Amino acid sequence: MRYRPALRPLIISLVFLFVALGSWEWSSQPPKATEALSEYELLMGGAEQEARVPPPSAVIIHAFNELSDPFYDAGPNDKGIGIQLAYSLYRVLTGFLLAALIAIPCGFVIGMFPVMHKAMNPYVQILKPISPLAWMPLALFIIKDSEASAIFVIFICSIWPMLINTAFGVANVRKDWINVARTHELSDMRTAFTVILPAAAPTILTGMRISIGIAWLVIVAAEMLVGGTGIGYYVWNEWNNLDLTSVIFAIMMIGIVGMMLDLILSSVSRWVAYEE
Amino acid sequence: MTYKSLGDPFNPDQSLLHEKGCSCTQCISENSKACGAQTLATESKPDRERLDTTEDMMDRVIESTIVRGVFAHNDFSRRSFLGLVGGGLTASILGSLIPFDEIKAAVKDSMGKLEKTKLNVGFVPITCATPIIMAHPLGFYSKYGLDVDVIKTAGWAVARDKSLAGEYDASHMLTPMPLAMSLGAGSAPTPYVMPTVENINGQAIVLHVDHKDKRDPKQWKGFKFGVPFEYSMHNFLLRYYVAEHGLDPDKDIQIRVVPPPEMVANLRAGNLDGYLSPDPFNQRAVWEKIGFIHILTKEIWEGHPCCAFACSKEFTNRYPNTYSALLKAIVDATHYSAKAENRIEISAAIAPKNYLNQPEPVIRQVLTGRYADGLGGIQDVPDRIDFDPFPWHSMAVWILTQMKRWGYIKGDLEYNKIAEAVYLASDAGAKMKELGYTPPTETYKNYTIMGKEFDYTKPEQYINSFAIRRM
Repeated sequence: MRYRPALRPLIISLVFLFVALGSWEWSSQPPKATEALSEYELLMGGAEQEARVPPPSAVIIHAFNELSDPFYDAGPNDKGIGIQLAYSLYRVLTGFLLAALIAIPCGFVIGMFPVMHKAMNPYVQILKPISPLAWMPLALFIIKDSEASAIFVIFICSIWPMLINTAFGVANVRKDWINVARTHELSDMRTAFTVILPAAAPTILTGMRISIGIAWLVIVAAEMLVGGTGIGYYVWNEWNNLDLTSVIFAIMMIGIVGMMLDLILSSVSRWVAYEE
Repeated sequence: MTYKSLGDPFNPDQSLLHEKGCSCTQCISENSKACGAQTLATESKPDRERLDTTEDMMDRVIESTIVRGVFAHNDFSRRSFLGLVGGGLTASILGSLIPFDEIKAAVKDSMGKLEKTKLNVGFVPITCATPIIMAHPLGFYSKYGLDVDVIKTAGWAVARDKSLAGEYDASHMLTPMPLAMSLGAGSAPTPYVMPTVENINGQAIVLHVDHKDKRDPKQWKGFKFGVPFEYSMHNFLLRYYVAEHGLDPDKDIQIRVVPPPEMVANLRAGNLDGYLSPDPFNQRAVWEKIGFIHILTKEIWEGHPCCAFACSKEFTNRYPNTYSALLKAIVDATHYSAKAENRIEISAAIAPKNYLNQPEPVIRQVLTGRYADGLGGIQDVPDRIDFDPFPWHSMAVWILTQMKRWGYIKGDLEYNKIAEAVYLASDAGAKMKELGYTPPTETYKNYTIMGKEFDYTKPEQYINSFAIRRM
């Protein structure tokens, strides 16, 4: 066989996957069901009925079952994985878009006027590190609506990276370009839209990518707290039953959806990128 | 649609008696129909309105009853008086003396139209909520014309906040919660009512299997215990139990609030040494072989209340008929759950993912009371959990004494007034009667808890009789 260096990383990662899954499968085989149980043993439940970490084959079978009927609806507390993910995505996108609507214009103003930057910076620095979930009790109390509270939590966690990145991008547009605009006697508004915005767009998009990543991290925790619907509720509901097969499946789905959100934004950022 | 017996009581030409030979339009037309003759076109004052809806009919029945009563059931004097004074004027005179609308509302309360049929009722996934949950799969809500969604809730704080926010029309709560909410302890004060208790007994103290040799509470110094909520019977019973054994629950042990569904995971992780929690999580710990049942709470207080069905005062005022129907469904379901022969059917109905999401054998052991204790024995306690809707006012008084004892509320309390405003014993009693059960004749009684007498007439002396207390 001809030596092809391009294949080497692929082979290594496949071998790694095989070894990892293989040892997991081997180490987590369920114990054999015991026969001829006494009543006490029956009431205690056999060892094979206990909750434990499932082998990967069980997760794959479970994933296949769930994904072959992702939109079933068996009552308000039992819905398919597709419906749960749709609820979570709806909350994340609503909160994220609301945050973008506010963060990008505000970031623009802060970036363009150093005086605003100095004035607002202390507040941003104080509010930024607050865990979004710490807002939850306050939001539930004031907004009096768990759905809106969850969206608010997404809003508050995704606003800061966008605000800071927009301000940074706008403030660091090369002075030469603004000077050129000035010699052409462009109005302030035109300068903002035709020169500064395109120049700062890649930085703004980076902020948006960070934000949506954080929003997707936070929604799971928020839904575990509030319950009702969403992928976070799904994890919580299966945790109640100590059903780790479903929990691992949900973890994989969260990872896949989060990766897709990031891929979408990164392709948008390639579209606004420019060479100097 | 016209009904002969529902003639307009304010019309002097209208007989309400319809005796033989009656000359009113309806009787004449009926008689002539019977003879096969042509209907006589008799001129008569038109009826005030046609009774098209059951609502109108109800109104007419009530008006008619009152008017007949005013004229001492003498139809002749009614008609001659109305002929002299006029129907409209009589109606307004009577209306100024008698609150027709209020009487109509009060009468319809027990049998009227439902203002709202689509309801959201919250529950925390535990067996205490059995009547609220099983009323859904077994059709108790639809039996009373309601379309209820039972919504699973992560914990009590969220259940409280969603109820306060109006997302839930009514909710499964812990018996102390409506008292705390009405008093504003732990939340903004909102008038809440608790028309029924759900279950009595049904909780247990579970310890980690490592503590099998520490069955005496005196050995529990430094233990970490979980309770589902601060304002819960679990918290008050655990505090009572360890305090009776000489431990100060605030100093000698640590009590943490852990939502019931997370109890088992925390016990396994070693975060907790034990907990006093609702089932199925006690039995689930045994099933997972990480805990054993130390005692059932019925050994602390036989017949103690635990969970309840509660809603805001506003809901009862705004939707009186819906409230009435919902309450009836719950009382009916509670009595159904109380019967031992129904328990296996209920176990199977509430085990699926949409409700409790637990293995069915675990639920069955809780509800039938034949269970493995995790120490190698099989116990047979049919009333391990029982269901009794009647909200005793004395239970509320006991809960208030414990809230005061442990410093959750301060100052002087009007025990009976609060108890009677929140625990609607008369509502539950009325529904029990309608369903053919006999409610207790009193709403207060004394209890014996771990051998100590609680006298509901002397709450303050009761609190002061405890050596360990926070006041």
